[in-house]
Amino acid sequence: MARRLWITALIVPPLAFVALFVVYPIISAFAYAFFQWHGLARGEFVGFANFYRVLFTQPYADWTVNAFTHNVLVFFALMVLQNGVGFLLAYCLWRELPGAAFHRIAVFLPVVLSTIIVGFLWKLFLHPLFGVVNISLRGTGLGGLAQPWLGQDTTALWALIIANAWHMVGFPTLVFLAGMQRIPGEILDAVRMETESEWVKISKVVWPLVAPSATVVFTLLFVGSFNWFELPYIMAGVDGSPHKATDVLGLYFYRTAFGDQSGSGQDFGAGSALAVLIFLFIAIVAGFITFRLRAREIQI
Amino acid sequence: MSAATESYYDRRGLLQTLGRDGLIQIILILNTIVMLGPLVIMFFAAFKTNAQIFQSPFSIPDFSNVANIVKIWTETNFLRYLINSAIVTGSSIVLILTLGTMAAYGIARYNFRGSGFVLMFFVAGLTLPLKLAIIPLFILMRDLGILNTQLSLVIIYVAMGLPTTVFIMTGFIRTLPNELEDAARMDGASEPRIMWSVMLPLVRPAMVIAGIQNVVPIWNDFFFPLIFIQKDALKTLPQGLTTFMGEYTTDWGVLFAGLLLSSAPVIIVYIVLSRQFINGMTAGAVK
Repeated sequence: MARRLWITALIVPPLAFVALFVVYPIISAFAYAFFQWHGLARGEFVGFANFYRVLFTQPYADWTVNAFTHNVLVFFALMVLQNGVGFLLAYCLWRELPGAAFHRIAVFLPVVLSTIIVGFLWKLFLHPLFGVVNISLRGTGLGGLAQPWLGQDTTALWALIIANAWHMVGFPTLVFLAGMQRIPGEILDAVRMETESEWVKISKVVWPLVAPSATVVFTLLFVGSFNWFELPYIMAGVDGSPHKATDVLGLYFYRTAFGDQSGSGQDFGAGSALAVLIFLFIAIVAGFITFRLRAREIQI
Repeated sequence: MSAATESYYDRRGLLQTLGRDGLIQIILILNTIVMLGPLVIMFFAAFKTNAQIFQSPFSIPDFSNVANIVKIWTETNFLRYLINSAIVTGSSIVLILTLGTMAAYGIARYNFRGSGFVLMFFVAGLTLPLKLAIIPLFILMRDLGILNTQLSLVIIYVAMGLPTTVFIMTGFIRTLPNELEDAARMDGASEPRIMWSVMLPLVRPAMVIAGIQNVVPIWNDFFFPLIFIQKDALKTLPQGLTTFMGEYTTDWGVLFAGLLLSSAPVIIVYIVLSRQFINGMTAGAVK
């Protein structure tokens, strides 16, 4: 009996905490989307009206599609620039050549910095007149390439993507590296006997054997890309400037729920509907990705 | 064969010239320059005037010129923000480790009906982004009357940190041997006594991992303070940074000094404890 009481005392406080501050808000987030909201006060039940509004009526529909398209682009671009480069760097670090320990610490250093610091830093670097990027281009005779990176529709989102890749590339690098270090030495010795080709070694042996690492970094990148908020908020502003060229679901949701730059247009109903849609999309696709990628993992 | 008659096909590829390891070294060195370069430029710029930053962004400055740093220290609320971040992060970590270890210990060391379900309940929140529940959380905090307090932040961070912590700690506590526990039980020690004196000292390495995994995202978080905190005196460092970055828009030396001072605590701790940081932050992703 005392034992039962003891187990209860251990488990119930943390369980209650998670129930109140994780489970209850997530369930409420779903419920709230079906009500009309008058400022901070909940109004009458309106069924799917909020969903209909953000998906099929203007100007919401265009904004939703625009932001969603940008998230998709961000995901695929970072898949190459962050996870792809991360894999390559992990492969280089895995050789443990002289200096590898230092390079490993260096590649992970930006990861521990706040996105706010990274965002401001790159915003200053990309300043059209005084930023170090354009100053360097002009100084090396490439002045023709100097441009307002964050100020024009064609380059703004890519500038954000590159800043994000710089910030986070160390994470997939070290996850892949840990995966490679777990490959048993016997397998590698056997491969060395069979082939000299680095490409065969990577594509036929290393890549399949780090599949568990790939599952994790792909899934996390997917969730991260569709939750993207801080970096665009700092570098492009809450309106996704210029002309919503950097608008993503995170900014759009924030603006819809809490109001834009001028603080107007706050709408918890439309905001909740957006949150539910983003949430379902992430949960379903992330679940699918994890499921499919798990299937190709090999047990060593 | 003279160089002039050497055709394209005779030339050796990059790989042959440098050797495999040479190519790898070059990739790593270039990458490290790309990673550290921006931070070095930031560090230098914090000691420069506007004119020096615009004319020679790469030059080594006169490090005795600390006017920019003095300005951040005396004219902004930097120190206040730093203390606020320390209070919020410190309390969150203590609570996360306490509650997380309690739950994990209960799940891992005792067989009871529903223990699998309880673990599932905690772990379900692992990848679900709590950000998207911000509207209900905002209303909940308002109803509890704790909007614009540091308590609201601590609560959110504990909620965010518990799933991974319970996951990591349960896995670790399960691997501990039964012998010590059984011996203590034979000697008539009570269950709380066994946990506190026998088992907890063994759990410390996992606590370090779980602590580091939580401390970085909490220290760096910007989203929840943005929603919950309006009072300047309560702002955390990343949030405060946006305030003074907005005030000194034309004084670039001060802006870089602000970025330098804000990033310095994390960078210094990271350099000292890099191995623990890397292990901790990739702990959830590396099986």
